[in-house]
Amino acid sequence: MNSIRALIIDDSSVMRKIVERSLRQAGIELSQVIEAGNGAEALEVLKESQVDLILCDINMPVMDGLEFVKQLPGVANGKDVPVVMITTEGSESHVVQALSCGARGYIRKPFTPEQVREQVTPVLKGKS
Amino acid sequence: MKSVNQLRSTHIDYKEWIPLMELATREVFETMLGCELTRAEIAAGESLDITAMVGLAGKMCGVLTVRCNAKSATIMVSKMLGLESAKGSPDVLDAIGEICNMVAGNFKNKIPGMGDGCMLSVPTVITGGDYRLHYLADSADLEIRLLLENMTIEVSLQLHS
Repeated sequence: MNSIRALIIDDSSVMRKIVERSLRQAGIELSQVIEAGNGAEALEVLKESQVDLILCDINMPVMDGLEFVKQLPGVANGKDVPVVMITTEGSESHVVQALSCGARGYIRKPFTPEQVREQVTPVLKGKS
Repeated sequence: MKSVNQLRSTHIDYKEWIPLMELATREVFETMLGCELTRAEIAAGESLDITAMVGLAGKMCGVLTVRCNAKSATIMVSKMLGLESAKGSPDVLDAIGEICNMVAGNFKNKIPGMGDGCMLSVPTVITGGDYRLHYLADSADLEIRLLLENMTIEVSLQLHS
């Protein structure tokens, strides 16, 4: 797998670092990591930057992850970028809601690097 | 699915949720910090001067609280981020808030019907021990104490009907 550019969206800076670390531990080579603290900030980032993968929390202030995923296709550099949700909201209906909004994968917190690999690898293969 | 009020009327003993709280806490520490917690049978009497809180609303209303001391908080963040030492790190409070958030989420997802029916607030963290929290809880007050490297981690849940 080629090295990828990832956008990590979470209101916790610690969680953003953990997600980046887990991606690396999962064997995913990262050429660039961009961070955003909420969905609105991420949409702004995407106006200027291209990424290959987005990992996104759901519960965030300003704009939550589901709203972000809904708005993503309408933003420059947002179309066709796969999104994997990473969240404490682990119920079946949250998963269905996230996937119907356009997310391609779903990881429940707490998570292991193996779980990250299981969700992210097929999404990246599907993209290439 | 039953709300807390309905559960109350069917005489469900909230103490049955204590093992779920403990399991949820242990899983968060094992998965995200790579460490096992041991059970603290008796309150150690340490000053737990960092308090993280997450509100629950919906079918279960209340507050889940994680309390620890500054030293154990530093150990937690260093384990979470894979650092040798996180002393003085600005991430300590954020990390404790996230741990509380994950414990609350993992706990409610273990109670049938609560995963969908209960929302979590963003975490709040209080530092310092000289305060008194006045919960509006009137249903139950559950508490567990676990040890991280011999330092107490206290997890409690105050429920409002």
